[in-house]
Amino acid sequence: MNSPLAAVRAVPRRTWLRYRFVFLVLAPVMALFFYVRILPTGQAVVMSFFKWELIKPAEQFVGLDNYANLLKDDNFRLAFFNTTIFAFFTTIISVALALLLAALLARAVGGRLGGALELLYFAPVLVSMVPVTLGWREIFNYNNGILNAGLGAIGIGKQPWLSDPTMALIAVIILSVWKQLGYNMIILIVGMRAIPRIFHEAAAVDGASAWQQFRHITMPLLAPVLLFVIVITTISSYNVFTQVYVLASDVQGAPGRLVRVIVYDIFENGFRFFNMGYAAAEAVYLFLIVIVLTIIQFRFLRGSDQ
Amino acid sequence: MTNNRLGYRIGRWIVIALLILGGVAMIFPIFWLISTSLRPAPELLLVPPKLLPIHWTFDNYAKAMASAPLLLYMWNSTQFAVVSTVFILLTSTVAGYIFAKFRFPGNNFLFILVLATAIVPFEIYMVPLFLQVNALKLVNTQIGLFLPFLVLSYGIFFMRQNTKTSVPDELLDAARIDGMSEWGIMLRLVPRLLAPAISALAILAFIQAWTAFIWPLLILNKPSLFPMELGLSQFANTRVDFGLTSAAAVIAMLPTLIAFLILRRRIVEGVTLTGLKG
Repeated sequence: MNSPLAAVRAVPRRTWLRYRFVFLVLAPVMALFFYVRILPTGQAVVMSFFKWELIKPAEQFVGLDNYANLLKDDNFRLAFFNTTIFAFFTTIISVALALLLAALLARAVGGRLGGALELLYFAPVLVSMVPVTLGWREIFNYNNGILNAGLGAIGIGKQPWLSDPTMALIAVIILSVWKQLGYNMIILIVGMRAIPRIFHEAAAVDGASAWQQFRHITMPLLAPVLLFVIVITTISSYNVFTQVYVLASDVQGAPGRLVRVIVYDIFENGFRFFNMGYAAAEAVYLFLIVIVLTIIQFRFLRGSDQ
Repeated sequence: MTNNRLGYRIGRWIVIALLILGGVAMIFPIFWLISTSLRPAPELLLVPPKLLPIHWTFDNYAKAMASAPLLLYMWNSTQFAVVSTVFILLTSTVAGYIFAKFRFPGNNFLFILVLATAIVPFEIYMVPLFLQVNALKLVNTQIGLFLPFLVLSYGIFFMRQNTKTSVPDELLDAARIDGMSEWGIMLRLVPRLLAPAISALAILAFIQAWTAFIWPLLILNKPSLFPMELGLSQFANTRVDFGLTSAAAVIAMLPTLIAFLILRRRIVEGVTLTGLKG
């Protein structure tokens, strides 16, 4: 009585009906999911080991060549460097500012004014990237831009925001911090409000100052939320593309390749030079970088207890 | 004692003033876009630029709409966002429900698969995805555009979490005893219990599709199919007149700004719910 058929017959009817229901519901969803998520992700890894052009017959197994060549590729190195600087500063600045704002808005400024300010700071998050990037492009404009006008008025000269590679990187960082700040702030505010007041009140009774309360009560209890905000900002910064494409790439007729970032490099390798296997290897590198950073951040921030 | 209180109050007002200043700075680029769009061409070259236009004009809007099918782009974006949201809500809710409330072989394995792909950003698999869609001859089609946006890994995870916490087993059993069919339970009873989660996910999915840029850029080069983000960037590529471009940009932002003004609380709640519950 150990045949598979006996096993099937041994399944109670209710369970069988349940399995059938699960299958009918889950199968189409999983099929779609498999096709648009699992398959391409697996393919990205597989493709990275091939020299893969758009024309089918030209596939050719090259092992780790793509990976090795990328490490020697000046474009990739520049992209990696730019992206890392971008991610680092965007994350630190936007999270620090968000923390400051959250601390002020979660408790110190309440009511309607606080609510209105929250919305003001959150507004940039919702508006889509392309329109605001165009707006910032004009603000950064060398001759007509209001930023340079302001700088001129206070004595610092006009800056070549969009025509110098370093300044352009700074410009993209400013734009991205501006866009991300409100989101981080809201998440941190919710996290702070979740901390029971009683802790702060007890500490105040014991004579702790506001700063001490912040440092020893708020911060440790906020740590998981803070970690979350840091991780998602880092990951999304490493994947930056849209604002760089619109603000600071050669598509705009600006002096070529101003702020080369990793995703832009993948895009160029895959869809301008049709070096798809190469681009796939680069994508795998990007994924590995993001994973490693996330793990490091988890270790580093989980382990630090006040 | 009085000194301290006075110092505290002055300090508080300074902080508030700075916060308001910061808030104004946050809004400024949007304000600037609107202000520029209402300027006639000669005023754009004023150095130093003025905050508000001297002569207000709607010319830029008329010219922008005449020179590119902006309303068509808007319509494309709307279709895209609505279809994507409906599909994501449907697939995430039923899959989340099944994963949360049913025991069957493969439940854990499949869910881990979902989780694993949830952390892989789109940019990583966009190249092979393009090749797949290309093989189906769906490049430059609406279906090809919609395809990757019909499911959301995080959505399935989110709905499963919410189902576990908001849908009691006892209720499901009671419904079954009362004779409700499994389909009835799944499509009528469960969503009612998950209404806040569904609306939060809907907002997330809608914003994701509305602001999508990279995938439309890869998959489309027929302007009649462009969603607004892509259409606007191509519009800006070929025009030097910033009055025109800013008018187009304001048109693109308008639905979002209006929705934000009307649905403020809902949107913020939705964002925090999807951000923190995970």
